[in-house]
Amino acid sequence: MIIMENSLSIKKLKEKFPASVLEVKTFRDEVNVTVQKKDIFEICNFLYSDPDLQYQMLTDLCGVDYFPEQPRFEVVYLLYSMKNQQRLRLKVKAGESESVSSVESIWKAADWLEREVYDLFGIPFDNHPDLRRILLWDGYEGHPLRKDFPVEGPDFDKPFVPEV
Amino acid sequence: MTINMGPQHPATHGVLRLVLELDGEVIVKTTPHIGHLHRGVEKLAESKTYHQVIPLTDRLDYTNAMGNNLGYVLAVEKLLGIEVPKRAQYLRVMMAELQRIAAHLIWLGTHALDIGAMTLLFYNFREREEILKIFEEVSGGRLTPTYMRIGGVSKDLPDGIEEKIKAFVQSFPEHMKEYETLLTKNVIWLKRTKGVGFISKEDAINWGVTGPTLRGSGVKYDVRKAFPYSSYDEFDFDIPIGSVGDVYDRYIVRLREMEWSNAIVEQTLERLPKGPVLSDNPWIALPPKDNVLTDIDALIRQFKIASEGFQPPKGEVYVSVEASKGELGYYLVSDGSNRPFRMRIRPPSFLNLSALPKMIEGSLIADVVSTIGSIDIVLGEIDR
Repeated sequence: MIIMENSLSIKKLKEKFPASVLEVKTFRDEVNVTVQKKDIFEICNFLYSDPDLQYQMLTDLCGVDYFPEQPRFEVVYLLYSMKNQQRLRLKVKAGESESVSSVESIWKAADWLEREVYDLFGIPFDNHPDLRRILLWDGYEGHPLRKDFPVEGPDFDKPFVPEV
Repeated sequence: MTINMGPQHPATHGVLRLVLELDGEVIVKTTPHIGHLHRGVEKLAESKTYHQVIPLTDRLDYTNAMGNNLGYVLAVEKLLGIEVPKRAQYLRVMMAELQRIAAHLIWLGTHALDIGAMTLLFYNFREREEILKIFEEVSGGRLTPTYMRIGGVSKDLPDGIEEKIKAFVQSFPEHMKEYETLLTKNVIWLKRTKGVGFISKEDAINWGVTGPTLRGSGVKYDVRKAFPYSSYDEFDFDIPIGSVGDVYDRYIVRLREMEWSNAIVEQTLERLPKGPVLSDNPWIALPPKDNVLTDIDALIRQFKIASEGFQPPKGEVYVSVEASKGELGYYLVSDGSNRPFRMRIRPPSFLNLSALPKMIEGSLIADVVSTIGSIDIVLGEIDR
């Protein structure tokens, strides 16, 4: 179901966090809500627990790098409400080496998704119980999905030999 | 005691490594290690034009290539805001459902093999071969068909293929009976799967589990019904769900799903509309090859699209499809250039696997094998 800018979710969100909702934008019938980074945990918790909304599922959590814009990163949360059959996309902006609050305690799905964002973008998450690299090995240098990371890798002509 | 399982272990379905902490034979803690197959598909896509990304998607979940193609082209089409001809939509559904049967057949064969029922694998691969032959005739590729195009499909059905698909569809229910005779009421099978790898409804939703694994726990969520795409709302099918949420329920759900997929393929055959199979938008779809050889305009267009591609408007879209493993989503961010600024793939197996430690907590080490089999992971998709 398509979620509109005047729908209940957006209305409630604006009511509850008037200072936090920075921008509401619609593109191809999808609503993008940009919120302030410091409130992301409270907002997610509200959307999860509000009886009318019940965003029980964190479908996706990913990062986007807008280098050289400042702040360069965006963390995107895609929520799904089984009750209303609605999706909602939340975004927070984060600068280089700024951390974002973890939502792992709300949705367990965020555990691995946040680890992936940490691994590939280098965005740390506060209060994450187990923040380690997930796809790349420990000790790998750099974060491949950053725009200033070369697509062939910085070490493509230097074979990697692990210490035994 | 700590046991290391994988990454080269036949029951981990690829290169998954599990570190199991045991108390006697009971599992206390599981730590999965993934990433052995990481190829950086999301990064690669940023340096390719929109058309060039389609072959990359084939190689995500290599048992479900048609479904991966479908999700990607739908996302690009939504970004562009274009319509797809009805015949192409039906052909997409037909191929995606045949692929779902093929993917579930691999799952059934390998899952049963893990638990010790070897016969089934040969039966499953026999039927899967029929589907792959159909794919080869239709698209030219068996495992990596790259059949879908932005705006439609690459080519129409070849002559005589409809009879072959019909023959497959008609014979498949008989084969299903063969599988069920071997497993569904088999005592050993029941002992190995009933009450094993349990996950509750609430937990499954909270862990982001989707697909048959979620439906096995009794949640009626299927992207084909919740957000119908590619004319799925015109077909009659049901969403089978389980009641308990154990390995056996997931097995039953996938079996019923194969039957419904078969029914959908039958419906597409009956109702297949006539018409073009590719959008006629000159900026997006490649012109027919015959025109390219005779018409200078078509030649220029072919060259422009193949070399430069097209420039979708600035914006972002998320489109998901029900792949054989669960909800496969594509989140595309466009900056107005001819390459995706960011392509995020929402891999269903990744999130399904993240719930594995929860499922096998407190169970026996032999149950790990049947639980991994039941969530049907493909590492090509998890690691990307």
